Amino acid sequence: MSLEELYRSVILDHYRNPRRRGSIEGDHVHAEGLNPSCGDEFALDIAVEDGTVVDAAIQGHGCSISQASGSMMAEAIIGKSLLEVDELIHKFKLMMAIEEGENPIDESKPGAVLGDLEALQGVRKFPVRIKCADLPWATLQDALREVTG
Amino acid sequence: MTDLRHLRKDFPVLERTVNGKPLAFLDSAASTQKPVQVLEAMDDLYRNHYANVHRGSYQLSIESTAAYESARVRVADFIKAPDPNELVFTKGTTAAINHVAYGWGLDNLSAGDRILLTKVEHHANIVPWQIIARHTGAELVYLDIDEDFQVDISSLDDILDERVKVVGVTAMSNVTGTIGPVRELADAAHQIGAIVVVDGAQAVPHSPVNVSEMGADFLAFGAHKMLGPTGIGALWGRMELLEQMEPAEGGGEMITDVRLHESTWAPVPQKFEAGTPPIAEAVGFGAAVEYLQKVGMDAVRTHEIDLTRYALQRLAEIPDLTVYGPADPDNRGGAISFTLADIHAHDLATILDQEGVAVRAGHHCAKPLMRHLEIPATARASFYVYSIREEVDQLVDGLHHAREVFGVA
Repeated sequence: MSLEELYRSVILDHYRNPRRRGSIEGDHVHAEGLNPSCGDEFALDIAVEDGTVVDAAIQGHGCSISQASGSMMAEAIIGKSLLEVDELIHKFKLMMAIEEGENPIDESKPGAVLGDLEALQGVRKFPVRIKCADLPWATLQDALREVTG
Repeated sequence: MTDLRHLRKDFPVLERTVNGKPLAFLDSAASTQKPVQVLEAMDDLYRNHYANVHRGSYQLSIESTAAYESARVRVADFIKAPDPNELVFTKGTTAAINHVAYGWGLDNLSAGDRILLTKVEHHANIVPWQIIARHTGAELVYLDIDEDFQVDISSLDDILDERVKVVGVTAMSNVTGTIGPVRELADAAHQIGAIVVVDGAQAVPHSPVNVSEMGADFLAFGAHKMLGPTGIGALWGRMELLEQMEPAEGGGEMITDVRLHESTWAPVPQKFEAGTPPIAEAVGFGAAVEYLQKVGMDAVRTHEIDLTRYALQRLAEIPDLTVYGPADPDNRGGAISFTLADIHAHDLATILDQEGVAVRAGHHCAKPLMRHLEIPATARASFYVYSIREEVDQLVDGLHHAREVFGVA
């Protein structure tokens, strides 16, 4: 375990300069996630049109891992179909060892699948922090359940 | 300077390493480590004397009962209770406060009454009162804290009127180290006939406590924050109030007689100890108290003031570090909450863990206080009898490292 693996520069960049921070004015679904043991909060607005995520905005506060994960997630889902978002969630959870299965990261094609999100794979080696990385994704799943009814 | 480092040999866990570094255990406000004397006392009970208490007429039960009841006497003596029967064993501090909230509050509070708390309280001295307020229609009101994180009693005369029936206050904050103005609140509360419930979870382990001088009506504390095991704590109360108070839990051992539709209660303290109690834990609690009495609670407090002074000085060397707590080490407990630049407390805790330093990160079960301070979380270092300056140095080195990892200029 090394701290350098956990705190990649891209993570610190997203922590300090979160992308897509704010809220959505028009039609959207809102979901909130809370990690009661540590107090991290994350909230998400997503706008879905014709089965595609057309906009996403995030709010909340917490540690670098939860906030960077949310920032990267918001960027990653825009323009994706709901099916593709489901696939992304699945790949993320495999990477984090939240779901059982092979780690989807293809070392020969770094960045091809999860993009910046691959920077979070170091979290896997710090089991108590996995829930931090997962908070935005659990919130996204709540939002999607509302979208799909 | 009071050096208690010779005690460290009694705590086997302090010899271990974490992530290849010597362990610097700075989370004693959450729970303390246990000395071999406590472990051996519990082990001895189980190996040589164990049976259920208060009912068997055979030798082992007599021995277990004697061990359990002598632990009560010892713990009562530790807080200078006038009568050991005023000492009720509970699951812990939280359970002790719940006993009062349910047992006293449900019968004595109604719509229009007020429960006065302070903004530094732990959830354990807030949430039970919220539940009782919901049942009774009583209302919660709070004393503020001032710029030095002390409970502000300047407006006490305005807030403490005949509507207030209960005052709940911590004697020592687990977040800021604030020492609650228990005596002042008790004197003022008694003028208007209100009772005073003190959360002693931190104060009892860390400072000499005398319930008569404290002036409170109830004092709650737990064993595991004072070298004892988990699963046991105590509620001390004035006998007159304990006799009036209803039990919050019913069951075996707490009755005099049970009929099909009604029962009568056993005398205090058994009235509040339904079911088989944590017997070995009580014995461990007694051994912990004996250990602390040998060290001397004045020495415990002096040692903690020394370490707190040293830690506050060393933390002040670190740029961008903010401490949330009273500035004067003589006038505060040893829990030191802080933030460092824009590094979140959980990230600090992870980085410090890599350096072998164990600190708590988060809201410390005091979310109303965190909201008041407008911070989501702090990291917290806290000490006990076995803590030494080298551990503070290790913390400070770790914090400098955290600045590097996060590229704080």
